[in-house]
Amino acid sequence: MQRRFTLKALTAAVALASLSAAPAFAADDTIKVGILHSLSGTMAISETALKDMALMTIEEINAQGGVLGKKLEPVIVDPASNWPLFAEKTKQLLGQDKVAVIFGCWTSVSRKSVLPVVEEMNGLLFYPVQYEGEELSKNVFYTGAAPNQQAIPAVEYLMSKAGGGAKRFVLLGTDYVYPRTTNKILRAFLKSKGVKDADIDEKYTPFGHSDYQTIVADIKKFSQGGKTAVISTINGDSNVPFYKELGNAGLKAKDVPVVAFSVGEEELRGVDTKPLVGHLAAWNYFMSIKNPTNAAFIKQWSEYAKAKKLPGQMDKPLTNDPMEATYIGMHMWKQAVEKAKSTDTDKVIAAMAGQTFKAPDGFTIEMDPKNHHLHKPVFIGEIKADGQFGVVWKTPAPIKAQPWSPYIEGNDKKPDYPAGKSSS
Amino acid sequence: MLRRSIQAARMAAVLAAVLLSGAAHALTSAEATAMATGDTDDRVAAINQAVLSADAKTMAFFQALAGDTVKTTASHVYLMKDDKGYDPVTGAELKVPADAEDVVNNNLLRSTLDTAMAALQLASPDDKVRADAVQVLLNEPDESRLPLVEKALAAEQVPAIKARLERVRAASMLDSADRAHRLEAAATLADSSSPEVKLLLNERLAKEEDAGVKAALLAAVHSIDGRLVWGDRINAIFSGISLGSVLLLAALGLAITYGLMGVINMAHGELMMIGAYATYVVQGLFQRYLPEAWFGGYLVAAIPVAFLASALVGAVIERGVIRFLYGRPLETLLATWGISLMLQQLVRTVFGAQNVGVENPSWMSGGFTMLGNVALPWNRICIIIFAALVLAAMAWLIGRTRLGLFVRGVTQNRPIASCMGVNTARVDTYAFALGSGIAGLAGCALSQIGNVGPDLGQGYIVDSFMVVVLGGVGQLAGTVYAAMGLGILNKFLEGWTGAVLAKIAVLVFIIVFIQKRPQGIFAVKGRSAEA
Repeated sequence: MQRRFTLKALTAAVALASLSAAPAFAADDTIKVGILHSLSGTMAISETALKDMALMTIEEINAQGGVLGKKLEPVIVDPASNWPLFAEKTKQLLGQDKVAVIFGCWTSVSRKSVLPVVEEMNGLLFYPVQYEGEELSKNVFYTGAAPNQQAIPAVEYLMSKAGGGAKRFVLLGTDYVYPRTTNKILRAFLKSKGVKDADIDEKYTPFGHSDYQTIVADIKKFSQGGKTAVISTINGDSNVPFYKELGNAGLKAKDVPVVAFSVGEEELRGVDTKPLVGHLAAWNYFMSIKNPTNAAFIKQWSEYAKAKKLPGQMDKPLTNDPMEATYIGMHMWKQAVEKAKSTDTDKVIAAMAGQTFKAPDGFTIEMDPKNHHLHKPVFIGEIKADGQFGVVWKTPAPIKAQPWSPYIEGNDKKPDYPAGKSSS
Repeated sequence: MLRRSIQAARMAAVLAAVLLSGAAHALTSAEATAMATGDTDDRVAAINQAVLSADAKTMAFFQALAGDTVKTTASHVYLMKDDKGYDPVTGAELKVPADAEDVVNNNLLRSTLDTAMAALQLASPDDKVRADAVQVLLNEPDESRLPLVEKALAAEQVPAIKARLERVRAASMLDSADRAHRLEAAATLADSSSPEVKLLLNERLAKEEDAGVKAALLAAVHSIDGRLVWGDRINAIFSGISLGSVLLLAALGLAITYGLMGVINMAHGELMMIGAYATYVVQGLFQRYLPEAWFGGYLVAAIPVAFLASALVGAVIERGVIRFLYGRPLETLLATWGISLMLQQLVRTVFGAQNVGVENPSWMSGGFTMLGNVALPWNRICIIIFAALVLAAMAWLIGRTRLGLFVRGVTQNRPIASCMGVNTARVDTYAFALGSGIAGLAGCALSQIGNVGPDLGQGYIVDSFMVVVLGGVGQLAGTVYAAMGLGILNKFLEGWTGAVLAKIAVLVFIIVFIQKRPQGIFAVKGRSAEA
């Protein structure tokens, strides 16, 4: 009796399942796009806006008729700032939801977690954030900056007369792969410029660290030995207590400038920026850049944020570099799909080479024909009292990315194109 | 009224006299253009040049440049005021073309402008203004300003300011080509106890080639170091006490719910989070409904609100769940853990997953400079005082009041307390609500130094349990010693090994300590609680 019931139930279940699977076939007139950003946890401060930017871009593309005559359908997952969960969610996106492309990740540790899955399942990932380089995967397009498009120019600026002529450097970061690698590159770079080891102080804090008293006191002490600059690779919401402590401890930008690689308009939202005026950030885009494309981009975002009632954004819409990179990445992917006339991963990868897009940073940005990175302009901005950045230095034209930094030994032998699996 | 206007007139006269005596000519438009446009280096040179022959208009122009209210076109410089442009030289109103660009200053220019303005303020009749100006000049000495400094030195009457002006003069001579001047400068500066002066000496030391001067500079640096070392010690101790006070606040509520009542309350961190969000809500109400001037008071209003909000949630949890689980620690642990997840999700749904911004009221921003190298932030000082007050209030409540007596009675021996006519069920609720309310207060305090987000509590729950267990369960005094001890230990280790290793070392220390002494620092003596 029992067994017969089980059998019946099974058949019913199978029948039901095939029924419910039917609409999935019917929905073939859409292309699924995976969005893999932390919407909770320590990285939510930075990544939530990227999810919304991706959705806005999808809406824009759909309003213009979609891609290959099909509408884009976003599939949003929340990996919750939990690195192993990034890999699991990627597996789900590629295996279960069968998305054509994934836009996602912020921290390098999350990208490293996703990488083997994307390569194994031959997926496509667009990574929108500046990072440490040392990676070149066939399945990833890096629309953020490589070290030579952000970190190195920023340090060069700090060493120049206009930047204060810093002689000593504090390399301060969150303890994971991106800050460690970036600081390794920067240390080698500083040495090549004649800075001694005694004049470099490297410090790390755990993720979510909130008590920066000792570190700020140490920076103060270190700065008595010569003109000092701090290079911050602190990621996530730890930046808020760090900058609060800086302001309260009276460490002024003109005495000890702090240049940050992960702090943009969005991270400064919750911070009183008046004591922070003059501290710096290096990016490939600032909201304050004046040109018609950027004005339209900001207007589009503001209207989207108001229409969708995005918390925070609807009262004070802000755009930043990784949001711009998400926007560029999605448009380039669309162009590549249209060129390839297919969403097949390999065909799209081939079609991505050399794509161009008129970006809000004021330049027509090009995807390198070989190395999966964008050619980007570099801007260095100082924090202003209103939480925006005033550009004090910029490159005249976009520069080519060097994912394999020449300042790390052995990199000169690595090819400037994806060769084999990179997750080794 | 009359007196004030006379004073003002006198001030203006002094200013004018001092400025005129040194001024060869007034601000010209060529000068204004040179200061506002071109390369950083050229602009710095132009500003330093203009200081030497400055007048009131130059000062106004400096202020406008520093305040980012200057616009330029290819041919003109505009002083902006209320969206209207004025000529910096004649003061006439000008029409600003649409393509006029804001003048952007970088750090170098800003500090040049600050020193330039300070140099002009040396002539101010106000002692305070002069003292501040001297301080600014000491940070950025430049040989070109030496005549201005010397003139001010001759006119200065206040001995304290005069002494510092001497230092500015010495600092300005550090880069002098004359060896005797440099030696004299090093000797004068050796008396200082400010880190800025040490920086100047070190910078010179890196460039200095003359052995005699080098020795003098080194001696000066050492003598300053001797005075700075105390500041460093005070800094380390203060940050330890500050971290200790945060730990204490976080653990005090738990000392009641876990320490006295024995409830393993995994939702303790979430009760703190509720306190922090209550603070955020009060801040929002103040921003929306009350005049701007009252905003600084929001934090005071938030204290009782945070307490009540968390206490209420605590009471509901006790009445609804924990009540049925007394004496079953494992079930309590699981149930409260579940509650903590629910509370987090609730807050995520209501306020969003992202952190919310809680601003420091202006009276809590900035710091208080004790010594040259010791600046104690107001928000930390306030939290230390707040923690002490909460501790005192709780000690009084538990030790001196009838409710406290009941709580102690019920936790020590429930049946006997019940026989004496104590309504034990109600006392449980009150005690749990009190512990939760104190967690709310902790959340209110934490909102001033850290991030306020749905997982705020997660970061503190482990620390809170550590403090309570280390101090000895059931012991208020033990909690205080444990919190302060852990705070200071953590900060000393951090200065020595870095933040990541310090955290690990503290955990290892606690594991070893609990192995050796499971009852904590203070053990409950006699036949009481666990009997």
